[in-house]
Amino acid sequence: MTRPGFALARPGQDQDQDGDHGPAAPDVLADDATADLRAERAGSGVDQILDSLESDLVGLRPVKTRVREIAALLLVDKVRGRFGLSSGPPSLHMCFTGNPGTGKTTVALRMAELLHRLGYLRRGHVVSVTRDDLVGQYVGHTAPKTRDAINRAMGGVLFIDEAYYLYRAENERDYGQESIEILLQYMENHRADLVVIMAGYADRMEAFFASNPGMSSRIAHHLEFPDYSLEELAAIGELMLREQRYRLSAAAETVFRDYLARRMTQPRFANGRSVRNALERARLRHASRLVAADGALAKDDLMRLEPADFLASRVFSG
Amino acid sequence: MTERWSAGVLHYAEMGYWQPDYQPKPTDVLAAFRVTPQNGVPPEEAGAAVAGESSTATWTVVWTDRLTAYDHYQGKCYSVDPVPGHEDQYIARIAYDLDLFEEGSIANLSSSIIGNVFGFKALRALRLEDMRIPPHYAKTFQGPAHGIVMEREYLNKFGRPLLGATVKPKLGLSARNYGRVVYEALRGGLDFTKDDENINSQPFMRWRDRFVHCMDAVSKAQAETGEIKGHYLNVTAATMEDMYERADFAAELGSVIVMVDLTVGYTAIQSMARWARRRGVLLHLHRAGHSTYTRQKSHGVSFRVIAKWMRLAGVDHLHAGTVVGKLEGDPNSVAGFYDVLRVDRAEPDPVKGLYFEQDWVSTPGVMPVASGGIHAGQMHLLLHHLGEDVVLQFGGGTIGHPLGIAAGATANRVALEAMIKARNEGRDLLSEGPDVLRTAAKRSRELDVALSTWGDVTFTFESTDTPDVTAVPTGA
Amino acid sequence: MRITQGTFSYLPELTDEEITSQLEYALGRGWALSVEFTDDPHPRNNYWDMWGLPLFDLMDAAGVLHEINECRQAHPERYVRVCAHDSRQGRQTVALSLLVNRPPAEPGCRFDRQEAPGRRLRYTVHPYALDRPAGSRYGP
Repeated sequence: MTRPGFALARPGQDQDQDGDHGPAAPDVLADDATADLRAERAGSGVDQILDSLESDLVGLRPVKTRVREIAALLLVDKVRGRFGLSSGPPSLHMCFTGNPGTGKTTVALRMAELLHRLGYLRRGHVVSVTRDDLVGQYVGHTAPKTRDAINRAMGGVLFIDEAYYLYRAENERDYGQESIEILLQYMENHRADLVVIMAGYADRMEAFFASNPGMSSRIAHHLEFPDYSLEELAAIGELMLREQRYRLSAAAETVFRDYLARRMTQPRFANGRSVRNALERARLRHASRLVAADGALAKDDLMRLEPADFLASRVFSG
Repeated sequence: MTERWSAGVLHYAEMGYWQPDYQPKPTDVLAAFRVTPQNGVPPEEAGAAVAGESSTATWTVVWTDRLTAYDHYQGKCYSVDPVPGHEDQYIARIAYDLDLFEEGSIANLSSSIIGNVFGFKALRALRLEDMRIPPHYAKTFQGPAHGIVMEREYLNKFGRPLLGATVKPKLGLSARNYGRVVYEALRGGLDFTKDDENINSQPFMRWRDRFVHCMDAVSKAQAETGEIKGHYLNVTAATMEDMYERADFAAELGSVIVMVDLTVGYTAIQSMARWARRRGVLLHLHRAGHSTYTRQKSHGVSFRVIAKWMRLAGVDHLHAGTVVGKLEGDPNSVAGFYDVLRVDRAEPDPVKGLYFEQDWVSTPGVMPVASGGIHAGQMHLLLHHLGEDVVLQFGGGTIGHPLGIAAGATANRVALEAMIKARNEGRDLLSEGPDVLRTAAKRSRELDVALSTWGDVTFTFESTDTPDVTAVPTGA
Repeated sequence: MRITQGTFSYLPELTDEEITSQLEYALGRGWALSVEFTDDPHPRNNYWDMWGLPLFDLMDAAGVLHEINECRQAHPERYVRVCAHDSRQGRQTVALSLLVNRPPAEPGCRFDRQEAPGRRLRYTVHPYALDRPAGSRYGP
């Protein structure tokens, strides 16, 4: 009667029940033995995740490279462990910096799965929180809130979005400091149980770390998420449309590009999210256009977006 | 129309008792009978006869029927199916309107369904296999005075079966010696001890003296272990007044539980169930005498019907079989009995012998009791077959322990806890059970000796009461 | 005198690893877990002090073990137990309860008999610890 989504982990093992996620707890190899890295790699299924990262996410070249490097490091560390060379669980806490809509949450989800496949996280789920989930409004409120979020994230990843809001230097009675203390403790003492990933704007994260050296010293990996180029944004749009079974007419393609180029320069541009919003609005206009025309519809009519569906946007009227 | 009412004898099937197109209403009480007609009696006629004789009919047409809405009160036999492998047996399903029954009365229910029909000459044999009690009817009964959940909260014991033992020898101990057995067994680790069904108030030990000595033992063991303990004080007596007197005395002494035998009758059992809820005392029912009519597959009343009636009547404990012990119990039938007592919604399951769906609409479950020839060495089998909500009683298995009664109790408790722990850790009970016991025995001398004494004892005989259908492995 | 409350009190004290197995079993059934402590071992004492609220929506037992250890550290001289709560309809009660800490010395309970009219006796279970005020019942 196991509850859905919950895989039992037997004590002494850190794998799933079906056992095809990584090696079982091994004995120490002799000094002159050899370990088969390819087998370890195949057994963990890590390549599957890395490949899907490659194909499902547009751009993010530096991030993808870094993820591969981390995967390699952890894989090798596992093999070193077979020879008794590793000592203690590695620090895996991370920091993702970049503008909104650059894929930080998506990569965090994939990272959690990766760590799970390699056996560093028992469950591989992600609990996503912001300051409000961790910090209370009155004395004694913060500790239970923070501990609750941490307990729910145990066995997986605690993803703290805009983590710098925890620290309010100007207000010394702010309770965020208490939350930071608690996080630090868990990050230090439960490295085998929990991975913390902090995310937010690069400059603000830097300021946060400058004021909280304890936090900074516990982050093992910093990943920067650059803004997407115009080409990449267009490709993201294409991907989204294909998923939703729409397509752009040849004319619409040009207009869409133009739209993106303009939108990128306007305020509050949120990269991938803005693309998604734009496509949502285009679909609305597409539907209205079809209903107004009120005629017979071919399958392609229902899939094809035209320039008119984009030109109506305020982005063009300025 | 005139034919139907002309004086004389008609076939039951023509009088309206056989209605193959009838759709049972959600409010109908349904019964499944195993019918063995006499030679020459067609099965539909036999089914109709059972329907008739368990509702409104008599052997000849009577004009007074026409003063009533007779078709409302007729039992309707709506299906007759041959039993595979037995060319002379049929399962007849019969629907009874709710109006046939008095609310909340098992005496009336049983008089109605089985009060008249079983001696009927046209049938060679007849067995009441199962009944469907509609929610509308179930809600008119009190139901268990406490039920499984409340019993656990009352005793503060969770996550494992409860343990008990019947005091042995069955007869002859004086009150003081009797209490000694209770004290030793409880302080050693059992949750309950039990009067046997025939211990009421005999010349060698009267009830009041037994109660006083037992409660002294129970209270002392409770203080020494810090756990709540109980002894089922048997309040069965010749009259209801005597029973109330005994039960009240037990409650005053602080007993958490009393016991009655099935032989006191359904009316007395319902009265005791009311008393039990009023006084906050658990009610244990011993099914004394049931095997006279539940054991043979062709004739009588199946125990699963008795179990249903007792859940409605309102007992908290009911003996329901052990599968692996010395008394009759086919694993699938027993699984069916346990379902009847414990689950809230049961679906029809031919393998377990459950003929109807049964929705208990939150009537609390009855704690089944497994008693008779079981010992610590079978703990894995018991847990596998019977589950966690059960009282396991090891009478001989406690009192016969070479190192003494307390040691016997400890052996059983250690075996049980070790088995539960192993099950929670994900180990397979059937294959690893003996290993779990052996490992636990290394840290417990009591268990070690118990396993050496009884390790190989089993009781395997061909069951007499098996379901018609067995699960066939699909070979997938 | 060793109090035998809780589901596994007749087995050797569970190691942290064994406790984790039981916690995982509870989580797998969808049960919430709570940590409680007390210095009153009377069998009818149902309401122990709560070490924080019950923990819901957990995917892993590590957090619970952390809380257990915190509680043990804060109250080494008290009984500490973990309860698993089954919220399904038809149960809505405790499903499992195990002791994870005991005071270093357990004096147990006193058994009092009070004579009542008619040769009757009234029985009381009185934990020795309760002779001292709350907060200083175990230990020197």
